[in-house]
Amino acid sequence: MPDMWKSQCPLSVLQKRAFLLTKIREFFSKRNVLEVETPILSSSGNTDVNIESFTSDSINSDFSKSYLRTSPEFPLKRLLCSGIGDVFEIGKVFRKGEYSTTHNCEFTMLEWYRIEFDFYDLIQEVTELISELSKAFDCSVINIEILTFNQCFLNQLNINVFDVSTEELNKICHNFDYSGSQLTRDEALDYLFATQIQPGLNKQNITYVTHYPATQAALAEINPEDSNTALRFEVFYQGHELGNGYQELTHSQELLNRFIMDNKNRINNGSTEVQIDSNLIEAMKHGMPQCSGIAMGIDRLLMVLLGASTIHDVMPFNALNS
Amino acid sequence: MANVGINEFKNGMKLLINNEPWNITDVDMVKPGKGQAFTRIKIKNLKTGRVVDKTCKSTDKIETADVMEYEYQYLYNDGETYYFMHPETFEQIEASKEAVGDNAKWLVEESMCVVTLWDNNPIVVQPPNFIEMKIVDTDPGLKGDTSGGGGKPATLESGAVVQIPLFVQIGEVIKVDTRTGEYSSRVKS
Repeated sequence: MPDMWKSQCPLSVLQKRAFLLTKIREFFSKRNVLEVETPILSSSGNTDVNIESFTSDSINSDFSKSYLRTSPEFPLKRLLCSGIGDVFEIGKVFRKGEYSTTHNCEFTMLEWYRIEFDFYDLIQEVTELISELSKAFDCSVINIEILTFNQCFLNQLNINVFDVSTEELNKICHNFDYSGSQLTRDEALDYLFATQIQPGLNKQNITYVTHYPATQAALAEINPEDSNTALRFEVFYQGHELGNGYQELTHSQELLNRFIMDNKNRINNGSTEVQIDSNLIEAMKHGMPQCSGIAMGIDRLLMVLLGASTIHDVMPFNALNS
Repeated sequence: MANVGINEFKNGMKLLINNEPWNITDVDMVKPGKGQAFTRIKIKNLKTGRVVDKTCKSTDKIETADVMEYEYQYLYNDGETYYFMHPETFEQIEASKEAVGDNAKWLVEESMCVVTLWDNNPIVVQPPNFIEMKIVDTDPGLKGDTSGGGGKPATLESGAVVQIPLFVQIGEVIKVDTRTGEYSSRVKS
């Protein structure tokens, strides 16, 4: 590639990036949500089976290595447990192996938490944020669509995700050109979602996909009205996934169980265990307020607002020349 | 060869799938937010040129093929086997008629070719982009026509047939683009 040292991102885009960050800070400042900065390097990491951390030298002698954060979630939740109230952070996060037209292994994340908000209150606030930003960037007026995960599968593939067998799901994936190794139930749903459902979402809308299967709850609360689903949503705008939100799990033992289960699955997958964040578990034992929170990728948001075709068009440098 | 994680794939990597060597020509990833990542690759069969798409889990592994490309000098053939020599080590290798395929007609003795070796056996022989060859047969055409309008077929030393301008005659050496099989120019001796 010629001129690797140069940024492929024009000055006008860098200016718009700065403008976007200013607008986001204004949005939260008006709502009295406090901006904080938390550590990028930590002695514990994210156990999520589908997210890989970069690791580095140990920070203190109690641990053999350190992890670059994959989101600011854990320290922000520790702050919530100590009573900080509504809070947000904008910062760099790192995910190993993620590189594509819409991924870069280092990217900027906006994450915020709102006390006493339920799932739908947060969806409302996300809509307000995206609408304000769209206006500031002269994007067209947008409609809102809220669909459950199962509704998406019923509408587009005529599959009830709570009825279909894993074998059937594997067959369907092969019919949609999958040619890798046998898929678990959740992996097959991931494949169909990413390759069939998401490209079929209405690009004019902000689409919220809600009530993910409980097996894909991550750190969301299980739906008290239906234990098959979790109070988790993802937000899509112009066909791109922009964020992942939860009505937050506040129960410390349940959180620890999920971390332990993640680590078991990691070992089964031939991957390595991740150091569990015992400070977070302790904080949640102390007490986590009822709240909802969301993480959004700022680079992808900017890409969508500017109508750029890849995430790399809006970053000064990327994984290939950083 | 080693199994390589799909998340380490990049363009130009050679894979062994169904006992055939393939070259990766495009890599992309699809990943739902919290879900399993999938890698989409476009691969080209190094023997047949067939292109297919494949989508696998990014955590899957696929065996890599020991495929390397080297420059060799073409020496001669005996009708069945084509002989090449490494320009520095003088090591000689033999390529089958199948490996050389249609490119046989562009092989000029002593020219440098790119030979693709799979487990040290030649599977593809790529002639230089331009070769020079003598015309052994063509219609004499009209005397004095130098306009170059129209053309006529000409047979070269190797048996290859190319379209040449009317004014070019038997015994002349011409330059041919082996990628398109088209006449490029006359070579003044």
